[in-house]
Amino acid sequence: MSLKKYFLLMILFFVAGIGYGQRYFTKSGKIAFDATTPSSPEKIKGKSHTAVCVLDTKTGALQFSVLMKGFEFDRALMQEHFNENYVESDKFPKSEFRGTVTANDKINYTQDGKYKVEVKGTMTLHGESKEVVTNGELKVDNGKIKLEANFDVLLADYKVSIPGLVADKVSKIAKIEVDCALELFKN
Amino acid sequence: MKNTTLAILIIFCGLVSNNAMAQDDLLKMVGEDKPKKERVKYAFKSPRVINSHSMEFLNPGTMDFRILHRFGQLNQGYKNFFGLDQASMRMGFDFGILHNLMAGIGRSTYRKEVDGYIKYAPIRQTKGARVMPLTVALVSGMTLDGTDWADPVRKNFYTSRLAYYFQMILGRKFSESFTLQLVPTMVHKNLVPLETTPNNIYALGVGGRIKLSKRIAFTWDYTHVIKPTLDSGYYHPLSVGFDIETGGHVFQLHFSNSTGMNERAFITETSGNWAKADIRFGFNLSRVFQLKKNKNTDSK
Repeated sequence: MSLKKYFLLMILFFVAGIGYGQRYFTKSGKIAFDATTPSSPEKIKGKSHTAVCVLDTKTGALQFSVLMKGFEFDRALMQEHFNENYVESDKFPKSEFRGTVTANDKINYTQDGKYKVEVKGTMTLHGESKEVVTNGELKVDNGKIKLEANFDVLLADYKVSIPGLVADKVSKIAKIEVDCALELFKN
Repeated sequence: MKNTTLAILIIFCGLVSNNAMAQDDLLKMVGEDKPKKERVKYAFKSPRVINSHSMEFLNPGTMDFRILHRFGQLNQGYKNFFGLDQASMRMGFDFGILHNLMAGIGRSTYRKEVDGYIKYAPIRQTKGARVMPLTVALVSGMTLDGTDWADPVRKNFYTSRLAYYFQMILGRKFSESFTLQLVPTMVHKNLVPLETTPNNIYALGVGGRIKLSKRIAFTWDYTHVIKPTLDSGYYHPLSVGFDIETGGHVFQLHFSNSTGMNERAFITETSGNWAKADIRFGFNLSRVFQLKKNKNTDSK
């Protein structure tokens, strides 16, 4: 074989590698949560702009990771309490989700369109893992994929305790909002 | 032969790259697990250990309104209800300007003193991609005595009311629950009572925190006056206490042998003797106000 052929072979393998798994990702996904009770005078809301999200369009595998210290709050003191007292970010620096889009084969990722999707998987927060199922919207738009979902998390499920002193302000259920725009992952 | 080896190598590389791609951990693939440089925060619950400055800073855009309270001596017994009949206080406003810069002013009842300071940290403890083992902070402060002149007959200068202090805080948060800091300090008094009394006082502070639970911590704050040796009647200031955190407040409850609550007063004029229970119960109350909103959290 000549050298030319080797290169051809090499290219073939790399192309095969890319074609084999189409991965879309972002490192600037938005994840927000709101744990404000109706009676609270101040909004207990945090937002991260640095969530990492990866989607494998072939298998439907979907994974999220967000650094707890990346959540920003209106009040610095809230941020401190969030990290120090509630999610204990030194011990449990990140929260993850590993799961799949359930009806992945029904989605045509090559064509623009909107899909209602169900996502199933394991969420890990505060060192506790739990199976979750949630509905969201997946939008294919010009080679990019937009993911949006809203769901509730019962904080007690993840052993995040709300002391009685602040129970009138901090809700036991946090509303989570996910908003990620994924782009094709190139090695 | 050489070519065959090359071919095998290329095929192998191709396979390995494919395998790596097919791996289950998608997050690892995009390099999510790389450590980032991260500032070590929350070494202390507040910018003061008890009396002394701590290695911690206020968050930028916040103001800390602090009321420091010291009751009378414990050993006064029941007649003065173990000191609770009397009180000395300092009211202070501290402002967080940058993550490593803050300033504050305060007014104490003890000697009617006004004090102000600037605290700046050229080095802050970090972990992750770049490790810096400790925080180095510099404090420069000034106090202004507001009492009447001790000797009104002699020519008194306004500057005689002033004293200065300079500190370097070397602090490290060793773990989630343990923080320790060393604070070399120099206090300069413009006016001293006797010709033989030196104007400059050198001291070394040792402060720390042991966290007992998420919201309660044990703290201590000791300053050893090195030079000159203390006059009789004065002692090295030692305070021990607990930080208790509620929603928006931090309560610091403690016992201390000093009455004064600024650096000049507690380092050079601590008159209580721990051995004789000549100590005071006290509390600091801190309420942090957010002056500037975090612009990153505005709703989309």
